[in-house]
Amino acid sequence: MKQYVCLVCGFIYDEALGMPEDGIPAGTLWADVPANWECPDCGVSKADFEMVAI
Amino acid sequence: MPGEVASTTLPVVVIGSGLAGYALAREFRKLDAETPLLLLSRDHAGFYSKPMLSNALAGQKTAASLLMKPAEKMASELKADVGAGVSVSAIDTTARTVTTGDDEVIAYRDLVLALGADPIRPPLAGDAADAVLSVNDLDDYARFADALEGAKSVAILGAGLIGCEFANDLLHRGITPTVLDVADRPLSRLLPAEASAWLRVRLEAAGVSFRLGVAASRVDRVDGGGLRLTLSDGGALRADRVLSAIGLQPRTALAAAAGIEVARGITTDRLLATSAPRVYAVGDCAEVLGLNLPYVMPLMQQSRALAATLCGRPTPVPYPAMPVMVKTPACPTIVCPPPPGATGAWQVMSSADACEARFVGADGRLLGFALLGAATSKKQAWVVEVPAWLAD
Repeated sequence: MKQYVCLVCGFIYDEALGMPEDGIPAGTLWADVPANWECPDCGVSKADFEMVAI
Repeated sequence: MPGEVASTTLPVVVIGSGLAGYALAREFRKLDAETPLLLLSRDHAGFYSKPMLSNALAGQKTAASLLMKPAEKMASELKADVGAGVSVSAIDTTARTVTTGDDEVIAYRDLVLALGADPIRPPLAGDAADAVLSVNDLDDYARFADALEGAKSVAILGAGLIGCEFANDLLHRGITPTVLDVADRPLSRLLPAEASAWLRVRLEAAGVSFRLGVAASRVDRVDGGGLRLTLSDGGALRADRVLSAIGLQPRTALAAAAGIEVARGITTDRLLATSAPRVYAVGDCAEVLGLNLPYVMPLMQQSRALAATLCGRPTPVPYPAMPVMVKTPACPTIVCPPPPGATGAWQVMSSADACEARFVGADGRLLGFALLGAATSKKQAWVVEVPAWLAD
Protein backbone atom coordinates (compact mmCIF):
# COMPACT_ATOMS: atom_id res chain seq x y z
CA MET A 1 0.00 0.00 0.00
CA LYS A 2 1.36 3.38 -0.96
CA GLN A 3 0.52 6.99 -0.32
CA TYR A 4 0.17 9.74 -2.87
CA VAL A 5 0.43 13.42 -2.12
CA CYS A 6 -1.32 16.28 -3.88
CA LEU A 7 1.30 18.56 -5.39
CA VAL A 8 -0.84 21.59 -4.81
CA CYS A 9 -2.25 21.34 -1.30
CA GLY A 10 -0.50 18.46 0.42
CA PHE A 11 -3.55 16.19 0.73
CA ILE A 12 -2.45 12.57 1.04
CA TYR A 13 -4.29 9.67 -0.58
CA ASP A 14 -3.55 6.53 1.40
CA GLU A 15 -4.37 3.34 -0.50
CA ALA A 16 -4.89 1.49 2.76
CA LEU A 17 -7.60 3.93 3.85
CA GLY A 18 -9.16 4.81 0.50
CA MET A 19 -11.80 7.52 0.57
CA PRO A 20 -14.94 5.65 1.68
CA GLU A 21 -16.93 8.90 2.01
CA ASP A 22 -16.01 9.59 -1.64
CA GLY A 23 -17.06 6.14 -2.81
CA ILE A 24 -13.52 4.75 -2.90
CA PRO A 25 -13.25 1.74 -0.59
CA ALA A 26 -10.29 1.17 1.71
CA GLY A 27 -7.56 -0.74 -0.08
CA THR A 28 -8.22 0.83 -3.48
CA LEU A 29 -4.95 1.09 -5.38
CA TRP A 30 -4.11 4.49 -6.75
CA ALA A 31 -4.14 2.98 -10.23
CA ASP A 32 -7.78 2.01 -9.69
CA VAL A 33 -8.94 5.42 -8.52
CA PRO A 34 -11.03 6.87 -11.39
CA ALA A 35 -9.15 9.22 -13.72
CA ASN A 36 -11.77 11.91 -13.17
CA TRP A 37 -11.28 11.85 -9.39
CA GLU A 38 -10.19 15.16 -7.94
CA CYS A 39 -8.36 16.09 -4.77
CA PRO A 40 -11.08 16.58 -2.15
CA ASP A 41 -9.22 19.48 -0.59
CA CYS A 42 -8.21 21.59 -3.57
CA GLY A 43 -9.76 20.11 -6.69
CA VAL A 44 -6.65 19.26 -8.70
CA SER A 45 -7.02 16.23 -10.92
CA LYS A 46 -5.59 12.78 -10.34
CA ALA A 47 -2.89 13.49 -12.92
CA ASP A 48 -1.53 16.27 -10.73
CA PHE A 49 -0.88 14.04 -7.74
CA GLU A 50 2.59 12.66 -7.14
CA MET A 51 3.60 9.42 -5.56
CA VAL A 52 5.14 9.40 -2.12
CA ALA A 53 7.04 6.39 -0.92
CA ILE A 54 6.25 5.36 2.64
CA MET B 1 -6.86 25.02 -37.71
CA PRO B 2 -6.94 25.92 -41.43
CA GLY B 3 -7.04 29.62 -42.07
CA GLU B 4 -5.72 30.47 -38.63
CA VAL B 5 -2.06 29.69 -39.15
CA ALA B 6 -0.89 33.25 -38.59
CA SER B 7 -2.77 33.72 -35.33
CA THR B 8 -1.45 30.49 -33.84
CA THR B 9 2.14 31.63 -34.03
CA LEU B 10 1.64 34.22 -31.32
CA PRO B 11 1.97 32.86 -27.79
CA VAL B 12 -0.48 32.70 -24.98
CA VAL B 13 1.30 34.81 -22.39
CA VAL B 14 0.75 34.20 -18.68
CA ILE B 15 1.99 36.76 -16.18
CA GLY B 16 2.64 35.05 -12.88
CA SER B 17 4.03 31.65 -11.92
CA GLY B 18 2.11 30.99 -8.73
CA LEU B 19 -0.47 28.25 -8.43
CA ALA B 20 -2.89 30.09 -10.71
CA GLY B 21 -0.39 30.72 -13.50
CA TYR B 22 0.93 27.17 -13.47
CA ALA B 23 -2.52 25.59 -13.05
CA LEU B 24 -3.74 27.48 -16.10
CA ALA B 25 -0.63 26.52 -18.05
CA ARG B 26 -1.03 22.87 -17.11
CA GLU B 27 -4.71 22.75 -18.02
CA PHE B 28 -4.06 24.60 -21.27
CA ARG B 29 -1.35 22.13 -22.26
CA LYS B 30 -3.69 19.22 -21.65
CA LEU B 31 -5.88 20.62 -24.42
CA ASP B 32 -3.39 22.28 -26.75
CA ALA B 33 0.11 20.90 -27.17
CA GLU B 34 1.09 23.26 -29.98
CA THR B 35 0.34 26.91 -29.28
CA PRO B 36 3.43 28.65 -27.91
CA LEU B 37 3.09 29.32 -24.19
CA LEU B 38 5.12 31.90 -22.32
CA LEU B 39 5.08 32.39 -18.56
CA LEU B 40 6.65 35.48 -17.11
CA SER B 41 7.53 35.67 -13.44
CA ARG B 42 9.25 38.35 -11.46
CA ASP B 43 10.67 35.71 -9.10
CA HIS B 44 12.49 32.39 -9.64
CA ALA B 45 9.39 30.87 -11.29
CA GLY B 46 9.88 27.57 -9.50
CA PHE B 47 6.77 25.59 -8.67
CA TYR B 48 5.76 25.27 -5.04
CA SER B 49 2.53 24.99 -3.13
CA LYS B 50 1.61 28.25 -1.44
CA PRO B 51 -0.92 26.60 0.90
CA MET B 52 1.91 24.51 2.33
CA LEU B 53 3.83 27.58 3.50
CA SER B 54 1.63 27.94 6.58
CA ASN B 55 2.17 24.40 7.77
CA ALA B 56 5.71 23.78 6.65
CA LEU B 57 7.40 24.00 10.05
CA ALA B 58 5.49 20.95 11.26
CA GLY B 59 6.97 18.93 8.43
CA GLN B 60 10.41 20.45 9.04
CA LYS B 61 10.40 21.74 5.50
CA THR B 62 12.84 24.31 4.22
CA ALA B 63 12.36 26.73 1.38
CA ALA B 64 14.56 24.40 -0.68
CA SER B 65 12.49 21.32 0.07
CA LEU B 66 9.22 23.19 -0.57
CA LEU B 67 10.41 24.02 -4.08
CA MET B 68 8.98 21.06 -5.95
CA LYS B 69 10.14 21.89 -9.45
CA PRO B 70 12.50 24.60 -10.64
CA ALA B 71 11.54 26.79 -13.58
CA GLU B 72 13.52 24.73 -16.11
CA LYS B 73 11.68 21.55 -15.16
CA MET B 74 8.31 23.31 -15.40
CA ALA B 75 9.29 24.71 -18.79
CA SER B 76 10.15 21.29 -20.17
CA GLU B 77 7.07 19.59 -18.67
CA LEU B 78 4.76 22.24 -20.03
CA LYS B 79 6.62 22.76 -23.30
CA ALA B 80 6.58 26.42 -22.40
CA ASP B 81 9.03 29.25 -22.21
CA VAL B 82 9.36 30.38 -18.62
CA GLY B 83 10.92 33.77 -18.05
CA ALA B 84 12.19 33.96 -14.48
CA GLY B 85 13.11 37.29 -12.98
CA VAL B 86 11.07 39.14 -15.59
CA SER B 87 8.82 41.93 -14.41
CA VAL B 88 6.13 43.30 -16.69
CA SER B 89 5.95 47.06 -16.70
CA ALA B 90 3.08 47.69 -19.10
CA ILE B 91 0.31 46.10 -21.12
CA ASP B 92 -0.89 47.58 -24.41
CA THR B 93 -4.32 46.08 -24.91
CA THR B 94 -4.70 47.64 -28.36
CA ALA B 95 -1.39 46.48 -29.80
CA ARG B 96 -1.75 43.27 -27.73
CA THR B 97 1.73 43.46 -26.30
CA VAL B 98 3.37 43.43 -22.89
CA THR B 99 6.53 45.37 -22.12
CA THR B 100 9.05 43.94 -19.70
CA GLY B 101 11.25 45.79 -17.26
CA ASP B 102 14.07 45.41 -19.80
CA ASP B 103 11.92 47.15 -22.44
CA GLU B 104 11.38 43.97 -24.37
CA VAL B 105 8.03 44.06 -26.19
CA ILE B 106 6.21 40.74 -26.44
CA ALA B 107 3.11 40.25 -28.57
CA TYR B 108 0.41 37.93 -27.28
CA ARG B 109 -2.44 35.98 -28.81
CA ASP B 110 -4.13 35.90 -25.41
CA LEU B 111 -2.91 37.32 -22.13
CA VAL B 112 -3.63 35.74 -18.75
CA LEU B 113 -3.09 37.81 -15.63
CA ALA B 114 -2.20 35.50 -12.74
CA LEU B 115 -0.63 38.22 -10.66
CA GLY B 116 -1.63 37.10 -7.20
CA ALA B 117 -2.15 39.36 -4.22
CA ASP B 118 -0.02 41.34 -1.81
CA PRO B 119 -0.26 41.02 1.94
CA ILE B 120 -1.99 44.03 3.43
CA ARG B 121 0.50 45.91 5.58
CA PRO B 122 -0.96 47.15 8.84
CA PRO B 123 -0.31 50.82 9.57
CA LEU B 124 2.32 50.65 12.29
CA ALA B 125 4.51 53.24 13.94
CA GLY B 126 7.71 52.47 15.82
CA ASP B 127 11.34 51.84 15.02
CA ALA B 128 10.78 48.14 14.27
CA ALA B 129 7.74 48.51 11.99
CA ASP B 130 9.97 47.46 9.09
CA ALA B 131 10.93 44.26 10.93
CA VAL B 132 7.37 42.95 10.73
CA LEU B 133 7.38 39.79 8.62
CA SER B 134 4.79 38.42 6.25
CA VAL B 135 4.79 35.17 4.29
CA ASN B 136 3.20 35.43 0.88
CA ASP B 137 5.59 33.43 -1.28
CA LEU B 138 8.48 31.01 -1.08
CA ASP B 139 11.14 33.71 -0.78
CA ASP B 140 9.20 35.23 2.13
CA TYR B 141 9.10 31.80 3.73
CA ALA B 142 12.88 31.49 3.47
CA ARG B 143 13.28 34.84 5.25
CA PHE B 144 10.69 33.87 7.85
CA ALA B 145 12.37 30.53 8.59
CA ASP B 146 15.73 32.28 8.95
CA ALA B 147 14.21 34.88 11.25
CA LEU B 148 12.85 32.17 13.55
CA GLU B 149 16.36 31.05 14.47
CA GLY B 150 16.71 31.79 18.16
CA ALA B 151 13.15 33.11 18.51
CA LYS B 152 11.08 31.93 21.46
CA SER B 153 7.94 33.95 20.86
CA VAL B 154 6.11 35.37 17.83
CA ALA B 155 3.27 37.86 17.80
CA ILE B 156 0.90 37.27 14.88
CA LEU B 157 -1.23 40.13 13.65
CA GLY B 158 -4.54 38.71 12.44
CA ALA B 159 -6.59 35.76 13.73
CA GLY B 160 -7.91 34.77 10.32
CA LEU B 161 -7.10 31.65 8.37
CA ILE B 162 -3.42 32.37 7.78
CA GLY B 163 -2.79 33.76 11.26
CA CYS B 164 -4.32 30.72 12.93
CA GLU B 165 -2.45 28.33 10.65
CA PHE B 166 0.92 29.94 11.35
CA ALA B 167 0.17 30.03 15.08
CA ASN B 168 -0.49 26.30 15.08
CA ASP B 169 2.59 25.67 12.94
CA LEU B 170 4.92 27.66 15.20
CA LEU B 171 4.04 25.34 18.07
CA HIS B 172 5.92 22.62 16.21
CA ARG B 173 9.07 24.69 16.55
CA GLY B 174 8.55 25.19 20.27
CA ILE B 175 7.73 28.84 19.68
CA THR B 176 4.98 30.51 21.68
CA PRO B 177 2.59 32.36 19.37
CA THR B 178 0.32 35.17 20.48
CA VAL B 179 -2.39 36.04 17.98
CA LEU B 180 -3.88 39.54 17.95
CA ASP B 181 -6.99 40.67 16.14
CA VAL B 182 -9.34 43.62 16.28
CA ALA B 183 -12.18 41.10 16.11
CA ASP B 184 -13.18 39.46 19.36
CA ARG B 185 -12.68 35.89 18.13
CA PRO B 186 -10.58 33.84 15.68
CA LEU B 187 -11.82 33.20 12.13
CA SER B 188 -14.50 35.79 12.78
CA ARG B 189 -15.29 36.19 9.10
CA LEU B 190 -15.65 32.48 8.44
CA LEU B 191 -17.17 30.92 11.55
CA PRO B 192 -20.19 31.57 13.74
CA ALA B 193 -19.28 32.73 17.25
CA GLU B 194 -19.79 29.37 18.94
CA ALA B 195 -17.50 27.61 16.47
CA SER B 196 -14.85 30.33 16.90
CA ALA B 197 -14.99 29.76 20.64
CA TRP B 198 -14.66 26.00 20.14
CA LEU B 199 -11.60 26.54 17.93
CA ARG B 200 -10.09 29.05 20.33
CA VAL B 201 -10.26 26.72 23.32
CA ARG B 202 -8.45 23.99 21.41
CA LEU B 203 -5.75 26.25 20.01
CA GLU B 204 -5.20 27.68 23.48
CA ALA B 205 -4.94 24.18 24.92
CA ALA B 206 -2.26 23.45 22.33
CA GLY B 207 -0.29 26.53 23.39
CA VAL B 208 -1.57 29.46 21.31
CA SER B 209 -2.34 32.70 23.13
CA PHE B 210 -4.92 35.19 21.88
CA ARG B 211 -5.16 38.94 22.46
CA LEU B 212 -8.48 39.84 20.89
CA GLY B 213 -10.33 43.08 20.38
CA VAL B 214 -7.04 44.94 20.00
CA ALA B 215 -4.77 46.14 17.23
CA ALA B 216 -1.06 46.82 17.39
CA SER B 217 -0.24 50.46 16.84
CA ARG B 218 3.57 50.42 17.29
CA VAL B 219 6.41 47.97 17.14
CA ASP B 220 9.66 49.04 18.75
CA ARG B 221 12.99 47.42 19.42
CA VAL B 222 13.78 46.65 23.02
CA ASP B 223 17.25 47.12 24.45
CA GLY B 224 18.82 43.72 24.77
CA GLY B 225 16.81 42.19 21.94
CA GLY B 226 13.23 41.46 21.08
CA LEU B 227 10.33 43.67 20.16
CA ARG B 228 7.61 45.47 22.03
CA LEU B 229 4.16 45.92 20.53
CA THR B 230 2.02 48.78 21.74
CA LEU B 231 -1.64 47.87 21.62
CA SER B 232 -4.72 49.95 20.93
CA ASP B 233 -6.12 49.22 24.40
CA GLY B 234 -3.08 50.76 26.04
CA GLY B 235 -1.49 47.40 26.75
CA ALA B 236 1.81 46.08 25.49
CA LEU B 237 3.19 42.77 24.37
CA ARG B 238 6.76 41.49 24.11
CA ALA B 239 7.71 39.13 21.31
CA ASP B 240 10.90 38.12 19.56
CA ARG B 241 9.33 38.44 16.10
CA VAL B 242 6.15 39.86 14.59
CA LEU B 243 4.32 38.22 11.70
CA SER B 244 1.55 40.06 9.92
CA ALA B 245 -1.33 38.03 8.48
CA ILE B 246 -4.18 40.50 8.23
CA GLY B 247 -5.28 39.78 4.70
CA LEU B 248 -4.55 40.02 1.01
CA GLN B 249 -4.95 42.79 -1.52
CA PRO B 250 -5.31 41.64 -5.14
CA ARG B 251 -2.61 43.03 -7.42
CA THR B 252 -4.47 45.32 -9.77
CA ALA B 253 -2.02 48.14 -10.55
CA LEU B 254 -0.65 46.70 -13.80
CA ALA B 255 -4.15 46.10 -15.15
CA ALA B 256 -5.47 49.45 -13.99
CA ALA B 257 -2.55 51.26 -15.65
CA ALA B 258 -3.49 49.53 -18.90
CA GLY B 259 -7.06 50.80 -18.62
CA ILE B 260 -8.46 47.40 -17.64
CA GLU B 261 -11.38 47.61 -15.24
CA VAL B 262 -10.57 46.80 -11.65
CA ALA B 263 -12.54 46.89 -8.42
CA ARG B 264 -11.27 44.98 -5.40
CA GLY B 265 -9.60 42.66 -7.93
CA ILE B 266 -9.31 42.66 -11.70
CA THR B 267 -12.93 42.32 -12.69
CA THR B 268 -13.98 39.53 -15.03
CA ASP B 269 -17.07 37.83 -16.30
CA ARG B 270 -17.67 34.08 -15.97
CA LEU B 271 -15.32 33.45 -18.90
CA LEU B 272 -12.58 35.08 -16.79
CA ALA B 273 -12.45 37.78 -19.46
CA THR B 274 -11.46 41.26 -18.33
CA SER B 275 -12.75 44.44 -19.91
CA ALA B 276 -9.95 44.25 -22.51
CA PRO B 277 -10.26 41.85 -25.45
CA ARG B 278 -8.15 38.69 -25.15
CA VAL B 279 -7.04 39.57 -21.62
CA TYR B 280 -8.09 37.24 -18.81
CA ALA B 281 -7.50 37.06 -15.06
CA VAL B 282 -7.28 34.04 -12.74
CA GLY B 283 -6.43 33.34 -9.14
CA ASP B 284 -6.01 35.74 -6.25
CA CYS B 285 -5.92 38.83 -8.50
CA ALA B 286 -9.26 38.07 -10.18
CA GLU B 287 -12.69 39.27 -9.13
CA VAL B 288 -15.14 37.05 -10.95
CA LEU B 289 -18.66 38.47 -10.95
CA GLY B 290 -17.80 40.34 -7.77
CA LEU B 291 -16.22 37.31 -6.07
CA ASN B 292 -12.55 37.46 -5.09
CA LEU B 293 -11.80 34.04 -3.61
CA PRO B 294 -8.13 33.58 -2.71
CA TYR B 295 -8.27 29.81 -2.33
CA VAL B 296 -6.97 26.89 -4.36
CA MET B 297 -10.24 25.30 -5.40
CA PRO B 298 -11.60 28.39 -7.17
CA LEU B 299 -8.40 28.82 -9.11
CA MET B 300 -8.50 25.20 -10.24
CA GLN B 301 -12.04 25.72 -11.49
CA GLN B 302 -10.98 28.92 -13.22
CA SER B 303 -7.96 27.28 -14.83
CA ARG B 304 -9.97 24.43 -16.33
CA ALA B 305 -12.66 26.73 -17.66
CA LEU B 306 -10.21 29.26 -19.06
CA ALA B 307 -8.07 26.58 -20.68
CA ALA B 308 -11.13 25.40 -22.61
CA THR B 309 -12.08 28.95 -23.51
CA LEU B 310 -8.56 29.61 -24.82
CA CYS B 311 -8.93 26.51 -26.99
CA GLY B 312 -12.02 27.88 -28.70
CA ARG B 313 -14.71 26.45 -26.41
CA PRO B 314 -16.04 29.35 -24.34
CA THR B 315 -16.63 27.83 -20.89
CA PRO B 316 -18.15 29.77 -17.99
CA VAL B 317 -16.38 28.99 -14.74
CA PRO B 318 -18.46 26.80 -12.42
CA TYR B 319 -18.21 27.41 -8.69
CA PRO B 320 -19.56 24.40 -6.86
CA ALA B 321 -19.69 24.64 -3.08
CA MET B 322 -15.99 24.96 -2.28
CA PRO B 323 -15.04 24.10 1.31
CA VAL B 324 -11.89 25.67 2.70
CA MET B 325 -9.55 23.54 4.79
CA VAL B 326 -8.08 25.39 7.74
CA LYS B 327 -4.74 23.74 8.39
CA THR B 328 -4.77 23.85 12.18
CA PRO B 329 -3.99 20.26 13.20
CA ALA B 330 -4.65 21.15 16.85
CA CYS B 331 -8.25 21.69 15.77
CA PRO B 332 -9.02 20.39 12.27
CA THR B 333 -11.45 22.84 10.69
CA ILE B 334 -13.36 22.94 7.42
CA VAL B 335 -15.48 25.89 6.40
CA CYS B 336 -17.87 26.07 3.48
CA PRO B 337 -18.95 29.70 3.72
CA PRO B 338 -22.47 30.67 2.71
CA PRO B 339 -22.63 32.82 -0.42
CA PRO B 340 -22.13 36.57 0.23
CA GLY B 341 -25.42 38.18 1.12
CA ALA B 342 -27.20 34.87 1.73
CA THR B 343 -29.99 35.17 4.25
CA GLY B 344 -30.22 32.52 6.88
CA ALA B 345 -28.96 31.60 10.30
CA TRP B 346 -26.25 29.45 11.84
CA GLN B 347 -27.25 26.43 13.86
CA VAL B 348 -24.40 25.09 15.94
CA MET B 349 -24.09 21.78 17.76
CA SER B 350 -20.99 20.95 19.70
CA SER B 351 -19.67 18.26 21.97
CA ALA B 352 -16.30 17.59 23.57
CA ASP B 353 -14.77 16.26 20.38
CA ALA B 354 -16.79 17.78 17.54
CA CYS B 355 -18.46 20.99 16.51
CA GLU B 356 -20.76 21.29 13.54
CA ALA B 357 -22.42 24.44 12.31
CA ARG B 358 -25.03 24.64 9.57
CA PHE B 359 -25.95 27.86 7.84
CA VAL B 360 -29.57 27.28 6.89
CA GLY B 361 -31.54 29.49 4.52
CA ALA B 362 -35.12 30.61 4.99
CA ASP B 363 -36.33 27.66 2.91
CA GLY B 364 -34.49 25.20 5.14
CA ARG B 365 -31.71 24.51 2.66
CA LEU B 366 -28.12 24.07 3.79
CA LEU B 367 -26.23 27.06 2.33
CA GLY B 368 -22.94 26.68 4.16
CA PHE B 369 -21.31 24.91 7.05
CA ALA B 370 -18.37 24.63 9.38
CA LEU B 371 -17.02 21.36 10.72
CA LEU B 372 -14.45 21.16 13.49
CA GLY B 373 -12.68 18.33 15.27
CA ALA B 374 -14.16 14.90 14.66
CA ALA B 375 -17.01 16.48 12.65
CA THR B 376 -14.62 17.10 9.74
CA SER B 377 -15.33 13.55 8.58
CA LYS B 378 -18.77 14.77 7.49
CA LYS B 379 -17.42 17.09 4.81
CA GLN B 380 -18.19 14.90 1.80
CA ALA B 381 -21.70 14.15 3.02
CA TRP B 382 -22.53 17.80 3.68
CA VAL B 383 -20.88 19.42 0.69
CA VAL B 384 -23.18 17.67 -1.77
CA GLU B 385 -26.17 19.29 -0.06
CA VAL B 386 -24.88 22.83 -0.59
CA PRO B 387 -25.99 24.49 -3.83
CA ALA B 388 -23.35 25.78 -6.23
CA TRP B 389 -22.48 29.47 -6.19
CA LEU B 390 -22.20 29.45 -9.97
CA ALA B 391 -23.90 26.42 -11.48
CA ASP B 392 -22.51 24.50 -14.43
